[in-house]
Amino acid sequence: MEKRVTFNERWLPYLLVAPQMVITLVFFFWPSGQMVWQSVLIEDAFGGHSKFVWFENFIALFEDPAYFDSVRVTVVFSALVAAVGLALSLLLAVMADRIIRGSSFYKMILVWPYAVAPAVAGVLWGFLFNPAVGIVSWSLKGIGIDFNYVTNANQALALIIIAAVWNQVSYNFLFFLAGLQSIPRSLIEAAAIDGAGPGRRFWDIVFPLLSPTGFFLLVVNIIYAFFGTFGVVASLTQGGPGQATNILVYKVWNDGFRGQDLGGSSAQSAVLMTVVILLTVVQFRFIERRVHY
Amino acid sequence: MVENRPFLTWLSHAIVILGLLVIAFPIWMTFVASTHDQATMLRAPVPLWPGTHLFENYKEVILNGYAGRPGTVPFATTLFNSMVMALGVAIGKILISIISAFAIVYFRFPLRNLCFWAIFVTLMLPVEVRIVPTYGVVAGLGMIDSYSGLIIPLIASATATFLFRQFFMSVPDELAEAARVDGASPMRFFWDILLPMSRTSIAALFVIQFIYGWNQYLWPLLITTKQDFYTVVMTVSRQAQVTDTVPHWNLLMAMAMLAMLPPVLVVVFMQRQFVRGLVETEK
Repeated sequence: MEKRVTFNERWLPYLLVAPQMVITLVFFFWPSGQMVWQSVLIEDAFGGHSKFVWFENFIALFEDPAYFDSVRVTVVFSALVAAVGLALSLLLAVMADRIIRGSSFYKMILVWPYAVAPAVAGVLWGFLFNPAVGIVSWSLKGIGIDFNYVTNANQALALIIIAAVWNQVSYNFLFFLAGLQSIPRSLIEAAAIDGAGPGRRFWDIVFPLLSPTGFFLLVVNIIYAFFGTFGVVASLTQGGPGQATNILVYKVWNDGFRGQDLGGSSAQSAVLMTVVILLTVVQFRFIERRVHY
Repeated sequence: MVENRPFLTWLSHAIVILGLLVIAFPIWMTFVASTHDQATMLRAPVPLWPGTHLFENYKEVILNGYAGRPGTVPFATTLFNSMVMALGVAIGKILISIISAFAIVYFRFPLRNLCFWAIFVTLMLPVEVRIVPTYGVVAGLGMIDSYSGLIIPLIASATATFLFRQFFMSVPDELAEAARVDGASPMRFFWDILLPMSRTSIAALFVIQFIYGWNQYLWPLLITTKQDFYTVVMTVSRQAQVTDTVPHWNLLMAMAMLAMLPPVLVVVFMQRQFVRGLVETEK
């Protein structure tokens, strides 16, 4: 896509792109290059000297069982965040789409969680499920469930999933609702005249037409679960108990800053970078396809 | 709806209301906790209804910070820092991306494609992934504990540039042509025609980026070592992670309320721009 009419200036355009280019070079390309470079170095135990070691950091990483634990936790976490989040918000959006009276009031409250920072969302849910005073854990105790996310690995994972889904539900809801409202009414009416009930209309017409939105949201949710949930984990569990909630993005930070293992942390970053690039490519290919709908 | 099915309408209301209750519950409980005294919040079933200590708690937090911690700065300072950061990120992003999008759309210059791709690839690496080396660069530049360190590394944004590019592409060519025929300089065209036309896009972007800036957690956590530069979100999370022998839930939750309030108000009162911004930045 190109403009037909353009201005002829020699230096002005460079001046205009300069601020963005300088910031991108200094705070994006320079550190990213360093990251790739550090991922093939090992630092001396006493600091100061580093040695070029080819792919030793990567080999060490892939031979480390703790890394695969983290990969496994991340995959389970992301799959559940995406699946539960999409299912719940689709249900809410389909129901809200049927409602004419009061829908703007419902929408006003449903968008709140988007405005809450993941780190604060973690604090909120940590309070509700606090083993000592949390109202939810207290109620659960009443029906015989001992909920303690500080010591129980599965419960800790469940809690960060709940907090992460809650935080993302408004985003999914708004996109599903917009998708639903863009489906031509005439299609639904035609199906109704032919005698299709609401359930049948949903599965045979609405659901397929909504699948591009759903697929787009799936990618966005996976990216969110991989990278956006750092604050939830940091506020709630700090990767614990043990390694039960040590998702990859938290591990990068933990190993790099707390563990001072720059080479290993950079190798992890490089792996994560590959994941984001793949996801972004998938997303863009899909958007190209969506144009034909 | 196509046909009248009272039961289904009733069911949809019921499900949506149930969803609303579940979604609003954490926020309600946070509010309730911020209105009681410390002792009430330590006994196991915590109250579900607000108490009488609202002003006391908020006053304590805003003027003195989190009680019982020596040397905590007043939360008012922290709120101010967050406001500076959120506004700085939002305005900075809009400024640098609108002019670079203008250059990319309205000029032909040799390095144009290179610039476009350089901006494009920044989409692919969220700050969380390259956090360690970026921290190194910022520390090397002496930007630790400063507003510029909090703001500038976050303002390079491909999404904003693309949004403006998309919008400029939809502006009719005749406008630029007319400006050129009338002898207007490119900057004059930008100020007098393009900028006023971009108002709605700017507003939409501002809402999204304000929330993004306000809700940053990891970046301020690394970049600040002095309490005078702490931001709200990281302070709340930090205080929640410290285990006290006798936690002040009431004060912590008052801080959490204050951390949520500005972005929630922005979303509620600028809902049209917010929804528009969400949908457009994803195009």
